[in-house]
Amino acid sequence: MFTYSLMAGVLFGLYFTLIGLGLNLVFGVMRIVNLAHGDFLMLGAFLAFWLFTLFAVNPVPAVAIAFVAFVIVGLPLYYLLVPRLLRAKDPEMLSFILFFGLSQVIEAVTTIAFGTSERSIPGDQLGRAIAAVAGVFVGHKVETGPVELLGQTFPAAWVASGIVSGFAVLLVYLYLYRTRLGYLTRAVMDNRDEAIATGIDVHRISAVAFGIGLGLAAAAGVFAPFMLGSITPAMGAEVTVTSFAVIVIGSLGNPLGTVLGGVIYGISYMFMQSYYSSWANLLPYVLLIAILLVRPSGLLGRRVRRA
Amino acid sequence: MPRFVRHLLLILLPVVVIFAILPGIYSNHLLLFNFIIFMTLAQGINVIYGFTGYLPFGYVGFFGAGAYGFSLMALHLHTPPLVALPVGAAAAVALALLLTPLFRLAGAYFSIANLAAALALLQVVSNPNLENITKGPYGISLSGVFNPTLSYATALAILALTLGLVIYLRNSHFGMALKAIREDPISAGMAGINVVRERIIAWLLSALIAGFAGGVFAWNVSVFYPETVFNVEFTIFAIVFALFGGNATVTGPILGVVILYGIYNAVGISTPQYFQLLYGLLIMGLVLFLPNGLVSLLQRWGIDVP
Repeated sequence: MFTYSLMAGVLFGLYFTLIGLGLNLVFGVMRIVNLAHGDFLMLGAFLAFWLFTLFAVNPVPAVAIAFVAFVIVGLPLYYLLVPRLLRAKDPEMLSFILFFGLSQVIEAVTTIAFGTSERSIPGDQLGRAIAAVAGVFVGHKVETGPVELLGQTFPAAWVASGIVSGFAVLLVYLYLYRTRLGYLTRAVMDNRDEAIATGIDVHRISAVAFGIGLGLAAAAGVFAPFMLGSITPAMGAEVTVTSFAVIVIGSLGNPLGTVLGGVIYGISYMFMQSYYSSWANLLPYVLLIAILLVRPSGLLGRRVRRA
Repeated sequence: MPRFVRHLLLILLPVVVIFAILPGIYSNHLLLFNFIIFMTLAQGINVIYGFTGYLPFGYVGFFGAGAYGFSLMALHLHTPPLVALPVGAAAAVALALLLTPLFRLAGAYFSIANLAAALALLQVVSNPNLENITKGPYGISLSGVFNPTLSYATALAILALTLGLVIYLRNSHFGMALKAIREDPISAGMAGINVVRERIIAWLLSALIAGFAGGVFAWNVSVFYPETVFNVEFTIFAIVFALFGGNATVTGPILGVVILYGIYNAVGISTPQYFQLLYGLLIMGLVLFLPNGLVSLLQRWGIDVP
């Protein structure tokens, strides 16, 4: 039970990291709060659903499609909304309200288009993807079904989501720390004014970060039917709160903190599910408040912001 | 005539008189009651967000605490509603006191932690393990104290007191001090303002308003579920109403509730998705093009809006 909860917690933690990462990137670069984050995740889930239903596209390649599609959506959306918002007196607070409005628009349009019925993708699809990949390594055909890791059996969907999420997080790390654009992005995160003074095109960097943020949300959405339950237009709000818990635990504006936050969140979530399931829903909130009170800017926060 | 008295006569009196007369003319009393509740909540948000700049995303937590404080007193101790009401408000203030450490957090951290606190309270109240005390997720029924007329009058009295408080803030040293803290806490401290104390007083006042509103709401509807009184939409509606009219003014939030909640009831009930779409677009346009609210249009021409 203990090992099982711990390992399942890590798998979920990697997935929660992927959910929170995009939100944190947007906050870190632009100091705005994307309250519509969960709704972009919901759109990604719908994209994966239609790709599967209409063209029988397996969810694993759908991750890449969703990511690219929403990076392309994010770029114009940035120029439409954010530069104007940043000119206001208190952009951080106003962004809450602006993106709440956006989340309402997305939810309403999705409801008008698809209705409120619940949708899902068959769970064995991810198992097939794992079996196909494993088959290449082993050299013969592999049975689909639950996956065994270190003597514990997990649903294939969990393992696939965990692995792909971990891989995506790795890619974001490589982007931020090994490419020129990522280097500039970190400069803007560190100090926006100095970045402008150095001659960095802050709007271009921010637009790319915004696009990647939405892309990551949509990519995470592809696994939502397996990890979070069925897809409905109204699922976004709850996801947004979860991703906040994850990134605030790690610390806002620090992408590496999100990994820590996600894994801590995932593990405590699984332990609560195993040992105190009736109080498990309370966990994200209590964890969030407790950590904030001990460390007002999250676990990996560097300094306390103005009092 | 001092500005304070003038504002009382020109704003508070007409609002109270209109809401006192309307039930005789218009038959949907529940709708009128909701108007009063939202006006009270929007002013409560105004006290904390408009005057201090802290955006409490979990404001509904105080509303819910008030509703449950009221209901548990009426349910278990059979106290008369007018006695249970202050107890509910006290529950909200106690919650606010408990949350004062959140002021160590700045900006978005504060808002999110506050939201988490409200959601945590919802999870506690609606937990099936506490069914004997809070009725868990099955909801509360207060048929014994149901009294729509008296609760309407009480709600109106609460709105009047709230408006009085905001008018006081708008015209007093205290309100000016709060706005100074909002603009620049360090300079305000140097000018001799006790930043921590004043901020916490505003916070407790704002929670008190929501607690009273929650209690009287519970009394008026008398049958409700935890999700009804802890619905985050209460917070968001109140914030949007206050912001749409104009924060840190008396008339702004009133205007916001009349216009937006009016539209909501005209379109929102029959076709919720289209209303939601319209509403979302309206909110976005508001933030992008009119971030200081409707009254800022007048202020731009140099007119002092109360």
